[in-house]
Amino acid sequence: MSNDITIIRPKKTFSLDDFREIWQYKELLYFFTWRDFKVRYKQTMIGVLWAIFQPFVTMVVFSVFFGKLAGMPSDGIPYPIFVYSGLLFWQFFSSALSQTSNSLVSNANIITKVYFPRLILPISGVITKFVDFFIASLILVGLMIYYGYTPNMIGILILPLLLLITFMTAVGGGLFLASMNVKYRDVQYVLPFFIQILLFVTPVIYPTSIAGKYSWMLAINPMTGVIKAARAALFGNAPINWELLGISFIAVSVILTIGIIFFKKTERYFADVV
Amino acid sequence: MEPIIIVKNIGKKYDIVHQKGGYITLRDVLAGIIKKPLSFIKNKTKEVIGREEKEEFWALKDLNFTIKKGEAVGVIGANGAGKSTLLKLLSKITPPTTGEITLKGSVASLLEVGTGFHPELTGRENIFLNGAVLGMSKKEIAKKFDSIVEFSGIETFLDTPVKRYSSGMYVRLAFAVAAHMEPDILIVDEVLAVGDAEFQKKCLGKMNEITKKAGRTVLFVSHNMSTIQKLCKKCILLEKGKIKMAGETQKVIDCYLNNAEIRAVTEYRLNPNESAQISKITILDQNEKYQARIPINQNFTIKINYEVFKEIKGAVISVFFYSGEDLLLLSAESDKNAKLKSYAPGEYTTSVSIPSFLFNVGTYYFDVRFHRPSLELIDHKQNISFEILDTENNPKSEIFKGQISGVMASILDYRTNKKTI
Repeated sequence: MSNDITIIRPKKTFSLDDFREIWQYKELLYFFTWRDFKVRYKQTMIGVLWAIFQPFVTMVVFSVFFGKLAGMPSDGIPYPIFVYSGLLFWQFFSSALSQTSNSLVSNANIITKVYFPRLILPISGVITKFVDFFIASLILVGLMIYYGYTPNMIGILILPLLLLITFMTAVGGGLFLASMNVKYRDVQYVLPFFIQILLFVTPVIYPTSIAGKYSWMLAINPMTGVIKAARAALFGNAPINWELLGISFIAVSVILTIGIIFFKKTERYFADVV
Repeated sequence: MEPIIIVKNIGKKYDIVHQKGGYITLRDVLAGIIKKPLSFIKNKTKEVIGREEKEEFWALKDLNFTIKKGEAVGVIGANGAGKSTLLKLLSKITPPTTGEITLKGSVASLLEVGTGFHPELTGRENIFLNGAVLGMSKKEIAKKFDSIVEFSGIETFLDTPVKRYSSGMYVRLAFAVAAHMEPDILIVDEVLAVGDAEFQKKCLGKMNEITKKAGRTVLFVSHNMSTIQKLCKKCILLEKGKIKMAGETQKVIDCYLNNAEIRAVTEYRLNPNESAQISKITILDQNEKYQARIPINQNFTIKINYEVFKEIKGAVISVFFYSGEDLLLLSAESDKNAKLKSYAPGEYTTSVSIPSFLFNVGTYYFDVRFHRPSLELIDHKQNISFEILDTENNPKSEIFKGQISGVMASILDYRTNKKTI
């Protein structure tokens, strides 16, 4: 008999034990991620190619309409790779955000029947999206070779940091929305619309320079810093704005902390309400 | 032996929110906004910040008990007594409102078979997924994989998505995974009532092995008294969120059966202004004891007491039997010849005896009418229920190894002849 003792009390306060617990349940985290990924492309013809198809077609359409026809400036980088690099991070962010927001409701049948740290569900959702990101970035590599761009070493090293910021933004916001979604399904209707709006205030299609003296407003959005830094790192078209990145990182840490606290505070009634 | 589960002053409160006006259409909502915009905003705000009118409901209150290591304890009670809530608290799915529970050792709960099964995944994949959801490690599942497959008996379909499984196969696979958990404490909701009779037997055997041989502590909820009797030495009876009785299984079950909602005696208040009234309806078993739960192989009697205040001509007592689905099964009249009678003022009793093997296993209810057919309904008492129980030597279920279908259970005369040339 193992010696672990479980004590169940009315109010669970937020503590570091929660993170230790997630570590204990890492295998379940793995299996949820594995399930999401396996199920994703079941009964499709081209399977995992969908992860590439979607951003690729979007890139082509945007390049034709915004790049060619509208003549959108792109900071001196060929428009296709300009928009694709933005789209790559954007799609990771937006799909991770919506996946996280729905993670509790879509797993309601498990939540009401088995105990495990609920945080696992949103986290596994984001990891699945990360795999998509990874696959889709192969296209970017191809595009960069085609256009003759070689990223510098710092560029490569900074990418994990950028991904971390994106991850934190999506999880932080997603946790908050997921908890709200348990009680108010309005979230499901607001979110797609919200994401669409968010795309226009993020420099995916256009460079920040287009906003002129109002470009600081875009900086409130953490994804602005990420996408700008990604382009700077990959294409060397501008120096990396460390200050902006620093602000983004702090903002995102706050978002994530609030998200986790809110999630933990509401977690106890999930099974009763969902 | 030392206690392994300690439950102290456990209570669970739910807030029941009363939605105004019940079902609301969009048109009503819009009309409401236009008529009283301020009160609409006020109510919505209250709802959002959780200050709307609610009613407290204690699903469980002040529960105290301890379970020793290696004990198998059954939890019984009527629907809504708090059994499932108790299991949810013990398995950490929802926290208690008051009190504290201490569990020593690893805990696994089985509130449903096949939790986490994904229809798109194959049997093989689902074994791993379900195992992980139930708290097994990947290594553990891999080690027990062959034995799980063997127990489920679905080797051939291992690589077929479970959405193409029959419900029987699905349940077999799900139970096979669950049966291979090895926690110190196992919490099981009514999950054995699945699959065909043969598989149920296999499940029971496995449960027996888990509780008796492996010496695990098991908390087991069921409506099936014979399963509880077989598996558990001790029992807890819940009633309206409280422990009504705890102790030796047989005693607790007796207490439950004699006090449950299905009552053998129903009494009515009399109003002498009427011409006649039914005062009491009782259900008696073959030994003349009050009992509304009757084994299928025994006959029983429905006794109706009624008082006549003014003389009535041409009346009769009828009993209408219904199945749970509101299907009228049988109408019985008090008199064999169905003759209408005259009743002088006074007290009467009418007994209706119901033969064994008339109704199949299940719950039925009946109405009693004292009436002058197509002229006057003098008194009408509705919804008195009784339950027909399965027995060990039920010849019908022996053939079919389990539940026989249909609402009637009459044994018909059968003769088979072989053609001789």
